[in-house]
Amino acid sequence: MAHTPKNIGQRRLVVGAHYGMRDWLAQRVTAIVMVIFTVILLVSFLTGQNFTYEGWAGLFARQWFKLFTMVTFFGLFYHVWVGIRDIWMDYVKPVGIRLTLQIATVLWLLACAAWTVQILWSV
Amino acid sequence: MSEAVKNVQKRGQPIRNVNITDITMNYKQPPSAIVSILHRISGFVLFLALPFLLYLFEQSLRSEISFAHFAGIVSHPFTKIVILGLSWGYLHHFCAGIRHLFMDNHMALDKDASQRTARYVLAVSLALTVLVALKLFGVF
Repeated sequence: MAHTPKNIGQRRLVVGAHYGMRDWLAQRVTAIVMVIFTVILLVSFLTGQNFTYEGWAGLFARQWFKLFTMVTFFGLFYHVWVGIRDIWMDYVKPVGIRLTLQIATVLWLLACAAWTVQILWSV
Repeated sequence: MSEAVKNVQKRGQPIRNVNITDITMNYKQPPSAIVSILHRISGFVLFLALPFLLYLFEQSLRSEISFAHFAGIVSHPFTKIVILGLSWGYLHHFCAGIRHLFMDNHMALDKDASQRTARYVLAVSLALTVLVALKLFGVF
């Protein structure tokens, strides 16, 4: 009996580019990282007294917090990409305009990521 | 099929989709719908505010001089109101996102529970925003 390939006939997948699950999961994972980061910053903002440069920069001068902030912001930019792409896909129907907006979003978020690194490593 | 739909079909008109005036004016939206659209709007507004927020972040960290500049910008009442608005957007997005994470794990999925958690999201995010406002305007 001849060998039957897995992707023809009834088994053939006819829909989707299959990035949906990956992006959905990435949006959730980055959300959890941001929740932790937000709780730390929100609690320190609400409980902190006399906000000074020493205290604020001292927090970000620590290597582990620098890296944690960077990871959170990179996660944020990926999260933003998934969300903003959904908005363009839902409301912008002309393909040319949609593609332009999507490319602009990606380039802008890459620039923001580089900017974040510059800010963090200037402390 | 209801009488209304039958009548429309008899006259040969196509059944129309729900349009923007139905959503904004004709139908009362349940709490979950309000949370959902605010989640999207707040996400988009925060995306647009990224350059402003990164600029403030940069000014606050680069040096003592830039920190003084940052403190000058954020002490202005207008900036405080803008920051408060963005804080509400962020906190709403935050709470609505946590609700999503629970629902992803099959919690509070039925009709009553989902409307109840949607009300919690609206209430908790507003309460947290009030706390931020009190701190921002120096009450505590």
